[in-house]
Amino acid sequence: MVRSILLVGVGGQGTLLASKILTTGLMQAGYDVKMSEIHGMSQRGGSVSSQVRYGDKVESPVIEIGGADILVSFEKMEALRWLPYLNPKGKAVVNDFELPSAPILAGKSLYPKGVLDELRSKVAATVVDAAGIAKRLGNARSMNLVLFGALVAGMGLADIDWETVISENVKKETVEINLKAFREGMAQARG
Amino acid sequence: MKMLLTGNEAVARGAWEAGVRYASAYPGTPSTEILETIAEYKDDVLAEWAPNEKVAFEAAMGGAFAGARTLAAMKHVGVNVAADPLFTMAYIGTNGGMVLVTADEPGQHSSQNEQDNRQYARFAKVPLLEPSDSQESLDMMKVAYDVSEEFDTPVLVRMTTRVCHSKGIVEVGGRVEVPIRPFVKNVQKYMTVPSFAQKMRVKVEARMGRLLEYSDASPLNYIEWNDRAVGVVATGAAYRFAREVFGDRASYLKLGFTNPLPDERIREFCAGVEKIYVVEENDPIVEERVRMLGFACSGKDVFPPYGELTPDVLRKSLYGETLPHLDASAENVVARPPSLCAGCPHRGFFYELGKRKNVIVAGDIGCYTLGFSDPFNAMDYNVCMGASISSGHGFQQVLDMIPDDKRRVLSVMGDSTFFHTGFNSLLDVIYNGSRTVNVILDNRITGMTGHQQNPGTGFTLQGKPTKVVDIEALVRAIGIEHVVSIDPNDLTAVKNAFDWAFSLDEPSVIITRWPCVLKKFTEADKTEFPTIFKAQCRVIEETCIGCRMCLRTGCSSLVYDAATNKVRIDPAQCVGCGVCLQVCKPVAIVKEERRNG
Repeated sequence: MVRSILLVGVGGQGTLLASKILTTGLMQAGYDVKMSEIHGMSQRGGSVSSQVRYGDKVESPVIEIGGADILVSFEKMEALRWLPYLNPKGKAVVNDFELPSAPILAGKSLYPKGVLDELRSKVAATVVDAAGIAKRLGNARSMNLVLFGALVAGMGLADIDWETVISENVKKETVEINLKAFREGMAQARG
Repeated sequence: MKMLLTGNEAVARGAWEAGVRYASAYPGTPSTEILETIAEYKDDVLAEWAPNEKVAFEAAMGGAFAGARTLAAMKHVGVNVAADPLFTMAYIGTNGGMVLVTADEPGQHSSQNEQDNRQYARFAKVPLLEPSDSQESLDMMKVAYDVSEEFDTPVLVRMTTRVCHSKGIVEVGGRVEVPIRPFVKNVQKYMTVPSFAQKMRVKVEARMGRLLEYSDASPLNYIEWNDRAVGVVATGAAYRFAREVFGDRASYLKLGFTNPLPDERIREFCAGVEKIYVVEENDPIVEERVRMLGFACSGKDVFPPYGELTPDVLRKSLYGETLPHLDASAENVVARPPSLCAGCPHRGFFYELGKRKNVIVAGDIGCYTLGFSDPFNAMDYNVCMGASISSGHGFQQVLDMIPDDKRRVLSVMGDSTFFHTGFNSLLDVIYNGSRTVNVILDNRITGMTGHQQNPGTGFTLQGKPTKVVDIEALVRAIGIEHVVSIDPNDLTAVKNAFDWAFSLDEPSVIITRWPCVLKKFTEADKTEFPTIFKAQCRVIEETCIGCRMCLRTGCSSLVYDAATNKVRIDPAQCVGCGVCLQVCKPVAIVKEERRNG
């Protein structure tokens, strides 16, 4: 049995750290793990994804259309862009956070208003105010650990010792705040 | 020990374990991290960025002639640049083992074309290995060095984006110390004058014959017998994708050593299955061999000859549909194209260039290629590394043949591209008396591939201070008389430089000099650019009239709010380059000292 996690967002949002923690923990827990990312030109403010697959034996590092068990979106609109990759019976964890893209910034389009409604109408979606939670905890950058917590709860992976993995993969001075963010995210997804 | 490694990291690890002592490369997605990872083995391997792929290959070739195991790595189009020495080294052979890693891009995620470099192995008559994941990337490097020395030939290893940039669990080992073999003078082996090269040519064919036997015996080409109704012949990442779709029901011939292809293995497998599918990304190389050996099969008649053969693509090709999935409504998804970063020094340049009429802009390969797009629309074409200055020259020569045609050509490239092959192009311009305007956007680093050092930055790959090539002095030295260096964030300076250059009937060079906003600034940068990113811009709300002129600079830190008809500046992104401030007619933007670091 292979499971697939799709992390999406905008270049520079910290999907990389989340997928690093995720793959490290899964490997330590004894799973076979593969992870795929696209680098290069698409990074410059473009839409980005990290694809993580784990199980007894993983062949493809790439998640196919309709193949993700969970879609974790660090930005609201990106959740819809990547929706075709989610298994219709899968879950979506969505950050209630907007990053306007170039046509929106230039005033040529408006940021779409119906994103969350559409998501909720189509899949089991958990909307998390990760930015707000991170800010309240005192470090806006811990947003990705809030989402990571929601992902762990959503995938039923709470048995893995994530707190140790997190402690080993974030800057020393941010360990406490990131652990808090992680726990808060778990609680959100358990709702 | 087990580690989670990308294919690029695993290739580097494999090279290190195989005893490589010297490695050279030019950065290019998806190959760049190979050399960056090797550079971490400082005590054992000397790793160097070369100015281009031909030079990288030749440096590694020289090191191999001198008797060490060496490596060259590059992206697929880089092998075009390095093809000249590759083809003749294939005749000479080697002394120490030499491997060339090509990182191909099915799907063209970051590339201008999708060429299948397995063709180079056939064309140059060298052995080829194709790893399908990180573990194989490490293991095959070791095999590649043994093959190189045993068969006296350079070896090509073909990676693809999904192998390069995917992580997997890898069992790693220790390093084998391979002594430097003595170089023994032997002109009949190393001198390629025709009389010797003709003999080498014959030897190459004999070598391919021995390699065919090796390929048939290689454990890298193996059969997995399952149900025999369907047999899948697959290479590289496509093998992993095929396993997802065909599962354990089908039988597989997994090919890892693919030039020459193992004819006996192919015959054995194809005779043992009913329906044969050949699953390989890009060209039908294996498929043609299977057919030539007399077996009917499905390949490019079913699967596309372009793009990646990811499981959904295979599924759609085979069964007409992907897995069940949901689509999002178009109105709720706005495009998110890549764009120049806030504070990018190319912004001011392209803002001014976009306003020019009767100018043909020859572009090149780098972040600045985005100058073609909205809101600048300031580029007419781009082809390959270094081509803007040379093709711009040819373009101008022909324009000048057209009576009354006043159009002028401006060629633009970055510092690293200039060192790559742009310099040769500029020689053409001066030698043949062109009148093009040639721009070198010097952002003090190789930007798009993620900040690699180059001959103009003052540091080597391994971080040692080194000589800095002075672009302005270099350009003057070859005879360009009209040269100016400007700050691209100063729009008046950019405009004046254009006016000056277009007024000349001789070739000119404009050098814009300002560091990439994402660069880690060196002491030299801080001295040369003392004000660098110490400021921030802010919109005075009462003064902003909502004219949106500033948005024409295409900066992502400028946010237009339709409700208030005002623009605001995101302080998290703005680094105070001041380009927007210069285009704001009501003077609603001010520059202040940077607050948040």
